[in-house]
Amino acid sequence: MTPGNGEDAGAIRVEGLTKRFRSFTAVDNVTLLVRRGEVLGLLGPNGAGKSTLIRMLCGIMRPTAGCVHVAGINVVEHAEAVRQHLGYVSQKFSLYDDLTAAENLRLFGGLYGLGGQALVARVQWALAISGLDGKGDVLTRDLGGGLRRRLALGCAMLHRPPILILDEPTSGIDPMLRRQFWELIHQFAAEGVTALVSTHYLDEADYCNRLALMSAGRLVALGTPHELRYAAARGDLVRVECDAPVRAAEMLKAVPGVHDVAIFGNALHVSITNMEPEAALRASLEARGIACMSIEAIEPSLEDVFAQRLGSDSREEPAD
Amino acid sequence: MNARRTLLVARKEVTHVLRDPRSLFLVLLMPLAQMMFLGYGVNLDAKHIPLCIFDREGSQASRTLLSWFGASEYFSVVNVLRTYDESVAALDAGRCRMALVIPADFSREVNDKGKTSVQALVDATDDNHANLAIVYARAVLATYSEKLRLDYLGRRGFAHQLGPILTVETRTWFNEELENRNLVVPGVMVIVMAMVGALLTSLTIAREWEVGTMEQLISTPIKPMEIALGKLIPYFAIGLLDTALCAEIGVYWFNVPMRGSIVTLTLASSLFLVVALGSGFLYSAVTKSQFGATLVALLMTYMPSLLLSGFAFPISQMPFAVRFVTYFVPARYYVTILKGIFLKGVGLKSLAVPTLVLGLYAIVVMVQVTAILRKTVD
Repeated sequence: MTPGNGEDAGAIRVEGLTKRFRSFTAVDNVTLLVRRGEVLGLLGPNGAGKSTLIRMLCGIMRPTAGCVHVAGINVVEHAEAVRQHLGYVSQKFSLYDDLTAAENLRLFGGLYGLGGQALVARVQWALAISGLDGKGDVLTRDLGGGLRRRLALGCAMLHRPPILILDEPTSGIDPMLRRQFWELIHQFAAEGVTALVSTHYLDEADYCNRLALMSAGRLVALGTPHELRYAAARGDLVRVECDAPVRAAEMLKAVPGVHDVAIFGNALHVSITNMEPEAALRASLEARGIACMSIEAIEPSLEDVFAQRLGSDSREEPAD
Repeated sequence: MNARRTLLVARKEVTHVLRDPRSLFLVLLMPLAQMMFLGYGVNLDAKHIPLCIFDREGSQASRTLLSWFGASEYFSVVNVLRTYDESVAALDAGRCRMALVIPADFSREVNDKGKTSVQALVDATDDNHANLAIVYARAVLATYSEKLRLDYLGRRGFAHQLGPILTVETRTWFNEELENRNLVVPGVMVIVMAMVGALLTSLTIAREWEVGTMEQLISTPIKPMEIALGKLIPYFAIGLLDTALCAEIGVYWFNVPMRGSIVTLTLASSLFLVVALGSGFLYSAVTKSQFGATLVALLMTYMPSLLLSGFAFPISQMPFAVRFVTYFVPARYYVTILKGIFLKGVGLKSLAVPTLVLGLYAIVVMVQVTAILRKTVD
């Protein structure tokens, strides 16, 4: 397949992608289509296989099975050709910290084939979007965490790639800076860039056009944040505040009409159908001597979606 | 191959070195210190072997014999003892390597029977020095008994006919004074170059893996060959500088003769440097950890260059299996070449075989480096 194939092809097309390390399956048969100009959030707990998936998309790790097309290029067969079309920021902060901000930009810009006036202009641009105007001569190690992340993003966008892949770009930076970071990503998306961003912050999910939920190497849900919230919850969701939440959760699971019970802090989120929650739940709890403070209907949050989708599915994985 | 990308990597490496004073220090000071330590420290000559004397007789004859030992540059008499037990104690304590015991009837036996022996107690904890001490002692005694014989015959009028019948006229070539340092210095140079070369590069790739910059680097369109060459070029320049530094110290400080051409020296050193630097890359790329890479680099360069290059132990004396292994130690060829250049002053023609083998190793190592930098993380 050649670059610039029809719209249907999508910016990133993943089919049956699998990566095994000996007996351990890090990514398990993932199929996914990312549309042009879309911001796709890749969500999942640590060890869900997000980084492994991303590395295979960038062509820096070979899949065990399956196929990846990025910008219409078969990544497995032409790993080097795809790089010019990609901007990638890896999970670790990975610019040279003994080079200055401008030196890093000039190095990576040069590696992407920029030179002369074009390079100078792009370096200026990247410094500006990173909030480093006039600070190009500062050693990268002397920059704060948020600035460094933005510099890495600017670095990945120097060569104007149509596709941007970010692996947990906001981990470890404070919420205020995280929002600025997402605003930048949306600025690029508005210009037609397709972005795939992994995160384990659920509160960032609403910054994405669509979400892909990963757990234990598998893709467990895919849709807009809105779709996921409502498709996921079967029936209604109520929040129950009571004593002894752990014991109460065990007990409520046995009540007819209750699908699922999850503990959130000192309250329970109970998904139910066809029942009058106030009466049925309170009665069951109090019958066992558990005091019930309040019961109210709530809108499902992504935490609920996660709790339901990932549930017993989580497992241990070596840190990457 | 894209020259621009290669140079970008090279320039970045230079910046790393210049901004890290420790690495600069290491690069310039380590060869200097190593040359000094090893140049002075490694001495395979045995001169002035400490000798204790227990003379039971104390006659004119015995004292003359002992004065011969005292006059020899191979021995220095450290102690004259009065009992046998004292001789044993001196050996035990390491005050001397050899104790010479002259029997009480020394001159009587010589006069009556024309034949006697003296006892030498030798500390053989260092077999090389023990052997040398024995050989030297025999030589002194042989010269002395020859003199006794000539004196005896001379008194009977046979003096002129009875000099030694066969003598050897030796001329030592390439190292006329049999100066051990002349051999040690080129050998030390090999060790220093092997170590500096491998250590310089062993860190660069491992560091990038540890910090995570390698992942960013390989996500760009750069090719493995360009990373390898870009990293090689600056360290190659530093390595050549170090070679020059070592050679200067050898020639101007240790007075090793330099009889060959600088061009040959540069060519051979360049090939050896590529092998050493390339091996450093390999250790770095395989272990992906700075600590591991340094350890492997030390183990894989220092030990073989010291033990198997023919510098400390002659390869021809090694058992077959070990001798076979030395063919895979690039330092072996570089030692041959350096000795050829420094001491013999021979040109490329005589050194063609070791030079070609070094060239072959250089190619093999670089091919491996490029293969191992295959741009994937798994």
